[in-house]
Amino acid sequence: MNDIALYFRYTKISIKGQLEYRTSFVLQAAGQAILTATEFLGIWAMFSRFGQLRGWTLPEIAMFYGAINVAFSIADALSRGFDQFGNMVKSGDFDRLLLRPRSTVLQLIGQEVTIRKVGRLLQGIIVLAWAISAMHVGLSTGTAGLLLIAILSGVCLFTGLVILQATSAFWATESLEVWNAFTYGGVLMSQYPISIYRSWFRRFFTYVIPLACVTYYPILAVLNRMDPLGSVGWIQWVAPMAGILFLLIALQVWKIGVQHYRSTGS
Amino acid sequence: MNWMRPYLAVLSARFRSMLQYRAAAIAGLWTQVFFGMVNIMVYEAFYSSTDKQQPLTFAQVVSYVWLGQALLALLPWYADSEVRAIVRSGAVAYELCRPIDLYNLWFMRAMAWRTAPTILRAVPMVVLVMFVFPLIGLGEWRLHSPTLAAGLGFAAAITCTLLLSCAITTLMNISLMWTVSADGTVVMMNALVTIFSGMVVPLPLFPNWAQPVLMALPFAGLVDLPYRVYVGNILPGSIPLIIFRQLFWTVVLVLLGRWLMARGIRRIVVQGG
Repeated sequence: MNDIALYFRYTKISIKGQLEYRTSFVLQAAGQAILTATEFLGIWAMFSRFGQLRGWTLPEIAMFYGAINVAFSIADALSRGFDQFGNMVKSGDFDRLLLRPRSTVLQLIGQEVTIRKVGRLLQGIIVLAWAISAMHVGLSTGTAGLLLIAILSGVCLFTGLVILQATSAFWATESLEVWNAFTYGGVLMSQYPISIYRSWFRRFFTYVIPLACVTYYPILAVLNRMDPLGSVGWIQWVAPMAGILFLLIALQVWKIGVQHYRSTGS
Repeated sequence: MNWMRPYLAVLSARFRSMLQYRAAAIAGLWTQVFFGMVNIMVYEAFYSSTDKQQPLTFAQVVSYVWLGQALLALLPWYADSEVRAIVRSGAVAYELCRPIDLYNLWFMRAMAWRTAPTILRAVPMVVLVMFVFPLIGLGEWRLHSPTLAAGLGFAAAITCTLLLSCAITTLMNISLMWTVSADGTVVMMNALVTIFSGMVVPLPLFPNWAQPVLMALPFAGLVDLPYRVYVGNILPGSIPLIIFRQLFWTVVLVLLGRWLMARGIRRIVVQGG
């Protein structure tokens, strides 16, 4: 309980600090919203040209797009501390965290909650709301809950990815950018149903980094749509568990990393 | 060639500093190849969804995507972080003391800032997607080589793209003189560049009614026009017109930048001692 109280304290301080530069914050958030909205504008343009995407309609794609963007932007705001972790290892600042009688994960997550990225979140929510309003069947309590769980599971998965990226900093202080392919690339990929991709690609994002499990399968159930890949109903309902599992594994790997940590000594 | 000297000096410094980060360059290459492949698969799915004739063929779109990934650093994404630091710290006063016109210095700096990373990223990328891809069974996704006329036209057009891009970058740098945190302006400019250059979706794939507007804006000269010259969608006969449009916008933006800079210098306050 104490830990959670501490986390909220961290969050409060972080948000307060960022709101000190109010104009800058508003401009950045608005700019971010517009910048990320260009992606959806692009998708709209493609649909106006091609009409449909292997049987998928624009509102259906909007559901994938909105869900993954909401999930990613929340994870991105929460895990900023891990994002900066490579620099902490380089500078030796991580030593300070180890000296404190709290878990390193809590301290890193609490380090900064970036709110200027609220633009992507806002944009994702708007697209998602539009997708829901355009649905033929509408949301039931069950499917609304499933959508929420899918998004939460997406937050877990992206947080897990950022933690793995940070963990790799224990062994290599450069080239952490390779992970961007999975985080930002993962967002790009998940904006479309995974069924449109080649099979080797699909397999990677189902079994290695289970992005397909956190959005594709549950959203099929939400949209009440037949899976072109032939999955059955119950799989679509349990698939989001993979995101939570992924986070738990990432946390274990992190623990191993911390045990191997050798300070730069500066 | 005296005016070139500051440019060459900044360029070689930038090259040498970037070459220190080879691991980061490889990581960046991998990320961009990944992004390119995802984009291509999406286009593949769209193209297989319809039999209708499209303004660009799938093979042309594939080449367009790879050019975009290879030349990403050429686009006016960010204001130069060195200029930002110079304005913020007050060192801009030193810049004004240098015996060279400030606009030219910043423009040359922008050129170095754009060309060094572009060359460093484009060369391995092109080797990979043009020559290695066919060998590993990804021939359909490879970057096609242009015809001779298209290749020459592209070389000319992409040089003009560099000038246009630097004019926009310098304009963003100058905007830093007004708001020390000009992040709003910069991110807004990024959004305009992203969508209207053709970086998100090739401009011919936008609806027909939007075409006149898209073509009238300066941003088409950054991505869409030179890439379409390369893939053969714009015929060699039209290349002079394309280059004229790029240069026209470059001149307009340079004049605008010079005018703003003159006003900015008049009201500049140097902070710190």
